[in-house]
Amino acid sequence: MLDIKNLHVGLEEEDKQILKGVDLKIGAGEVHAIMGPNGSGKSTLSYVLSGKDGYEVTDGSAELNGEELLEMEPEERAAAGLFLAFQYPVEIPGVGNMTFLRTAVNAQRKARGEDELSAGEFLKVIRAKAKDLEIDADMLKRPVNVGFSGGEKKRNEILQMAMLEPKMCILDETDSGLDVDAMKLVSHGVNALRDAGRSFLVITHYQRLLDHIKPDVVHIMANGRIIKSGGPELALEVENNGYADLLAEVA
Amino acid sequence: MSATNAKAAPNPLDALSVDGSGWAGDARSNALTRLRQMGLPTKRDEYWKYTDPTTLTAEDAPKAALFDAGEKQLFDDVERLKVIFVDGVFDAEASDDLSLESVEISRLADTTSADIHWAKPLYGTLETNGQDPVARPLAALNTAMATDGVLLRVTGKVSKPVSLIYRHKSETSDATLHHVIKVEDGGDITLTENGPAAARFNKVMEVDIADGASFHHVRAQGRDHERRAVTHMFARLGAESTFKSFTLTANGVLTRNECVIELTGDDAVATVAGAAVGDGVFHHDDTVFITHDAVNCESRQVFKKVLRNGAVGVFQGKILVKEGAQKTDGYQISQSLLLDDDSQFLAKPELEIYADDVACSHGSTSGAIDEDALFYLQSRGVPLKQAQDLLVLAFLAEALEEIDSEELSDALRQRLEDWLARRSAG
Repeated sequence: MLDIKNLHVGLEEEDKQILKGVDLKIGAGEVHAIMGPNGSGKSTLSYVLSGKDGYEVTDGSAELNGEELLEMEPEERAAAGLFLAFQYPVEIPGVGNMTFLRTAVNAQRKARGEDELSAGEFLKVIRAKAKDLEIDADMLKRPVNVGFSGGEKKRNEILQMAMLEPKMCILDETDSGLDVDAMKLVSHGVNALRDAGRSFLVITHYQRLLDHIKPDVVHIMANGRIIKSGGPELALEVENNGYADLLAEVA
Repeated sequence: MSATNAKAAPNPLDALSVDGSGWAGDARSNALTRLRQMGLPTKRDEYWKYTDPTTLTAEDAPKAALFDAGEKQLFDDVERLKVIFVDGVFDAEASDDLSLESVEISRLADTTSADIHWAKPLYGTLETNGQDPVARPLAALNTAMATDGVLLRVTGKVSKPVSLIYRHKSETSDATLHHVIKVEDGGDITLTENGPAAARFNKVMEVDIADGASFHHVRAQGRDHERRAVTHMFARLGAESTFKSFTLTANGVLTRNECVIELTGDDAVATVAGAAVGDGVFHHDDTVFITHDAVNCESRQVFKKVLRNGAVGVFQGKILVKEGAQKTDGYQISQSLLLDDDSQFLAKPELEIYADDVACSHGSTSGAIDEDALFYLQSRGVPLKQAQDLLVLAFLAEALEEIDSEELSDALRQRLEDWLARRSAG
């Protein structure tokens, strides 16, 4: 599904290298988690993969099902099946949530040469999916993320994911700002989307989220590289001992 | 030195003469006298600092090529009474029958020969009031020289909008229209205006709103790229009355819309809003002057402009709260979205307050499109241009929300969407 090789990334504006050779391979249907201390490059990895401005790829590649992602526009990456659930979902005053979702769904369908969904068809689908995530009609009507609580914003991200049905989902600290109930709801939404043809990359600081979204592989990232990979037990080790031991191990 | 200049360039106002006959004759003569005292505006006038009036005052209207966007007429789906002007001349054949319950509609050019008319005490009166403290010579010029217009007397709630449609057929047309509207106690009317009008268009609308009456105004100025327009809206509001005006502007080499509102009765509410989309050779000026002269009145000014490729937007907005106009609630916001470095927005918000128990606020911003929002939309698969359009519409939405009629507001929104989509496609 996702194949990242020797990825080196720096900031465009300043001479600073953030990713220093990331190698990561995620197979179809797999759930991988990336943990790591602050500033290790986890969020940068998610932004670079989704095509945010301000980063310069100096070496390496990132392929999604054999297609080079790094040369595509952000919207092309989305149409190819990539989805990033933002750590800080953006508020867009003046654009209704429903309009936003329908525009996005139809833009992707159009890019893939599929017929656009009519207003009626769209409404039917979104109502069912919104209900699962306890998103009410008012939240769908309001401007995108404006006045949403932290939990509502994250649920809205998962709703977008459910509507867009991507192949490769990246969740960037989706657990940040969530209380226990909201985390369960969000995790439930994610688990409902788990499928043999869909992969997940879950970026998190805490093992907690991984109790709900069970990963197949856990990676530890530090200083711009993946320093250790293992099974779910690796996350527990971090939870109990912190990163110090692991960092010392590879130093 | 100025004497020499005066000799070199004879004053064009000396050559003007008015039709002094009929009920409007005195008002016209009076307006010409006032105009000669004021003189025509020049770039040196403080009030015209950001907008060069030269082409508006030139003897001949600069030529304006006709433009056919090949799009459906605006408000076509709206049930309304159509009053059509072609290059500033009423077209009876194209217009609907002017009889409609609760409103009396007549034509300025038809009635001026009569001795007396209900509009006599109003014609030029609100315009004259609006000349103080700032002179508006082009409005006086209009009162003196107007060749046509409508006179509307509203006596009750009018069942459908009255729609003034201005068609542009001649590349050199120079049109001067003057409308007078009197909304009597209990009257309620929606008036729409749209169409490019003329190569050069000078329009005055005087609106007298009685106690408890309502006036809704929705206007679209657009399409012809080379058209020029100077328009004045003079409104006087009685107690517990409502005035709402919205203008959408797209294209047009030069547009100056002045709105002069006087709140004279307690508990009145006035809203004036506008959305302008400018691309390239486009200069759009909204100049607003709102006077609070009664207790517990509310006024709102909401103006949004989207500018690109060197387009220029101007906003001069003033709230004057007179002594004794307590509990005034005045709000003013003017914002521009600059889509590139070549475009310009010039704003001059002003508050002048002589009462001590008021709440007035004003704000003005200029900014680029929000890159984070843009990336968010793109990351969901929305192509860059479409994402930009969506954000442009979102920016303008706040002004469109000031329109009460959902039907009219939807029609304008749709028109905007079509414009943007076509532009993105092209």
